[in-house]
Amino acid sequence: MAITVAHLKKGQKGIIKEFEKDILPIKLLELGCLPGNQIELLQVAPLKDPIYINVNGSHIAIRRSVALQIELEILDDVSTL
Amino acid sequence: MSKQIKVALIGNPNTGKTSVFNQLTGLNQKVGNYPGITVEKKEGVCKLPRGVKAHILDLPGTYSLNTTSLDESVAVELLLNKNDKDHPDVAIVISDVENLKRNLFLFTQIKDLKIPTILVINMSDRMSRKGISIDIPVLEEKLQTKIALISTRKGTGIDRLKELIADFRSLPSSPNVDITTISKDYFERLKNAFPKEDLYKLWLVITQDVNFMPIEKQSLKNAATFAVKSKSELKRLQQKETILRYQFINGILKETYKVDSNAAKGFRATLDRILTHKVFGYLIFFAILLTIFQAIFDWSTYPQDLIDELFASASEWVKSTLPEGAFTNLIAEGILAGIGGIVIFIPQIAFLFLFISLLEESGYMSRVVFLMDRLMRPFGLSGKSVVPLISGTACAIPAVMATRTIENWKERLITILVVPFTTCSARLPIYLIIIALVIPEGRFLGLGYQPLTLMLLYLIGFGAAVLSAMLLNKILKIKSRTFFVVEMPSYKMPLFKNVVYTVWEKTKSFVFGAGKIILAISIVLWFLGSNGYSEDFKNAESIVKQRIEKEGLSQYSLGYMERKLNEYKNSTPVSVIDTERAISLKAMQDSLAIITLDLEQRAIEQEIASHKLEHSYIGQMGKAIEPVVRPLGYDWKIGIALLTSFAAREVFVGTLATIYSVGSDEEETIKTRMAAEVNPRTKKPLFNLASGISLLLFYAFAMQCMSTLAIVKRETNSWKWPMVQLLFMSVFAYIVALIAYQFIK
Repeated sequence: MAITVAHLKKGQKGIIKEFEKDILPIKLLELGCLPGNQIELLQVAPLKDPIYINVNGSHIAIRRSVALQIELEILDDVSTL
Repeated sequence: MSKQIKVALIGNPNTGKTSVFNQLTGLNQKVGNYPGITVEKKEGVCKLPRGVKAHILDLPGTYSLNTTSLDESVAVELLLNKNDKDHPDVAIVISDVENLKRNLFLFTQIKDLKIPTILVINMSDRMSRKGISIDIPVLEEKLQTKIALISTRKGTGIDRLKELIADFRSLPSSPNVDITTISKDYFERLKNAFPKEDLYKLWLVITQDVNFMPIEKQSLKNAATFAVKSKSELKRLQQKETILRYQFINGILKETYKVDSNAAKGFRATLDRILTHKVFGYLIFFAILLTIFQAIFDWSTYPQDLIDELFASASEWVKSTLPEGAFTNLIAEGILAGIGGIVIFIPQIAFLFLFISLLEESGYMSRVVFLMDRLMRPFGLSGKSVVPLISGTACAIPAVMATRTIENWKERLITILVVPFTTCSARLPIYLIIIALVIPEGRFLGLGYQPLTLMLLYLIGFGAAVLSAMLLNKILKIKSRTFFVVEMPSYKMPLFKNVVYTVWEKTKSFVFGAGKIILAISIVLWFLGSNGYSEDFKNAESIVKQRIEKEGLSQYSLGYMERKLNEYKNSTPVSVIDTERAISLKAMQDSLAIITLDLEQRAIEQEIASHKLEHSYIGQMGKAIEPVVRPLGYDWKIGIALLTSFAAREVFVGTLATIYSVGSDEEETIKTRMAAEVNPRTKKPLFNLASGISLLLFYAFAMQCMSTLAIVKRETNSWKWPMVQLLFMSVFAYIVALIAYQFIK
C-alpha cells in the first residue's frame, strides 16, 4: 500500500509524489498541494478525521478521504535517527 | 456628479479584505444581495485625493478563478463580463504578507485577464516579527504592477493605496503568464475557432464547473463541443496551468521575498496544540459556548425589558394623545406593537454576532470546524453547522443568519431547515408555565421531575434537529461539489472596527430584511384579533355590562379583586390615628373604597376584552379549528392561543391571560387561573398531564414563529423553503402531540 498524507504521524513531514491526472480536486492544487512540495502533519482531530496540515506554507484542514489520495515520500525527521 | 472609478476588491479569505474595505469606505457602505441569489454584495464609496471618488465593490473571497461555489462564480462572472455595470476599471488584489505565495496565484490569474491591477500586501505589521523582508521595487517590476504595503491594524499605507487607485490609468495591463505554453496545439485550435476572443478568458469559461450566466455560455457552447477534449484531459491542463503559475511565482519570490526561518513561529503551534486537543479542545469550546449562551440569555434580558416597556408606554402615549378611533388603534396596537416585536430581537442578534465575529476574526472558528466536522458528518452536516445549530438555542433568527459561513449550499439549506427545532428562548415561558401546571413536584434520583422534563425538552429539540437533518440529507437531491478544505488562519487580535461593522450590518439586515414581513403579519393578526363581524363583537361593551348588572362580576374577577384587596390590607399597617408608620382607620377605609372602585373598573374592562377576543375574527377561527385540536386535548381557547402565537410563541401565555380575562402579566395569577380551568367535556382540569404534555410537544416541534419564516425566506431567497418548513414542522408537531395525548389520556 502506498504511503499517503493520512499515514503521517504528528509532526512528520513528507514530499508529495508525482500523481496521476485528476485524482485531486483542483482547489487543493491551487492551495499548493503540488508534486515536490512538502507537507507537514500538524494535528489530527478525534476519530482521525479531519487532519490539519501545512503544505507549502498553507495551513489547511482536509478530510481523511482526500488525504488518502495524496501519496508521499516520508522525510526521516531528525528525532527518529 | 463626476464619474466614479469602479474598483473591485478581490482576494483569498482571511487576508483582511474586509478590513481594507472598511478602511476605504468607512460607514459609507451598503450590504445587499446579488439579484436572484443569496451571495452577499458589499459596496461603498471612497474619497480619493484631488476630489475623485471611487465606487468600491467587495467581491466574495476566493482562492482562484476556478470556481467551486456560487460565491466565487459571482466574482469570476463580474471580472469576465465587460458589459456588467460593476465590471471594474481597476482590480485590487489583497494578499497577506505571510501567505504571499498562495495569494499571488490569484493575482497572476487576474493580471492575465488584462485588467489593471494593484497588489495590496496586508498585515505588514507582522513582517518584523516573522522575519520577513520584501524587495518591493523589484517585485513591482516583475509582476508589472504597483504595490501598496499596508497594515489595516495600524492603519498605515491606506493613503498610498488611495493614490494608486486615483492614478489607475498609469497601471500596466499586461498579462503575467502565457498559459498557451501548457498546450500549444490546443490553444492554437481555440484561436482558430474564435479569432476575436481572448484566449485566457475562453479557457476560463471552458473550465468552469459552475454554470455561467447565459450570455457567456451561449457564444461558447460551440466552443465546448468543438474544442474540449475529455474532462480528465482538461483537468490535466488545469494542473499544468497551476504548476506553471507556481513556477512563475516561485521564480520571482526567490529574488524578492526573504524569510528568516529562525523567527518565532511557536505561538501558533502552541495554541493549536491546546485548542485542537482531544480533551482540552472540546472543554474550551464548551466553556466558550456557555459564555455565549449566558450572554444571549442573561444580558439580553435587560435591553429587552427596556424595549418592552418603551413600546408599551409609547403605545399608551399614542392612545392618550391621538383622538380615539380605528386609526389610533392601528398605530398603537398594530404598528407599534409590530415594530416592538421586531426591535425586541435586536439585543440577541447583536450579542450573538458580537461573539461570532470575535471568534471568526481571531481565527478560532476554523479550529471549531476542525474539531466538530467528523461528529456532524453522519447527519449530512459539517463542522460549519455547529455554531448556527447551537445559537438556535437562544434564538433561531440569528442562527439562520449565521449559516452564511457555510459555503456548501446543501449543508447550509439543511442547517437552516433544522435550526428551528432547537429549543429557543421564546419556548421557555410556555414550557415553564405548563410544566409547573402538569408535572408533579416529586424527585427522581435526587433530581426534580420538573427540571428533568425541561432538560428532556431541550434534548428532544436537538434530537429532532439532527434526525431531520439526516432525513433531509437523504431526500434533498442537490448537487453540491464543494469539497471540504478549511484554511486554518494564524491567530490574531480581533479588530474592534470589523467587529462593530459586522454587528451593525447583521442587525440592520434583520430589521430591514425580515422586519417588513414581521410587521405585515403582526398587523394582520392584530386586525383579526381586534375586529369582528358578529353582533356579539360589536356590542361587546353593552352585552358584558348588562350581564354584570344581572349576574355580577364573574367568579374569577371577584376572586382576583379579593386577593388584591387582601394584599393591600396586609401590606399597610393601620392604627387609630395617623402616625408616621401607619395610616388611620378612616384613611384605610377611604383608600379601600377607591381601590375597590378601581379594581371593579379593571375587572369590567378585562371581561369586555375577553368577550371581544372570543367574538373577534381570530376568536371565530379558534372556535372553528376546535374540532381539529380537540383530539390533542385542547379547547377553543387554547385554539385561539395557538393561532395568535403563530406570530411568536411567547404570545401564547399573554393570549390565554386575555381570554381568561386575567388581565395581568403576573405569572402566578395566570397559573392559578389556568389550573382552575375545567374541560366542559371531561369535567376534568383542562390542563392535565395528557393535554399538558401534548402542548409541550406541540410547541417543541411546531414552527410557531413568523420571524423565523421571514428570515428563512430572506436567506433562501424564495418562499418555497419557509413553506416547506412550516408544513413539515406543523404536521409533525400535530402528529406527535396527537399520539402523546391519546396515549397518556
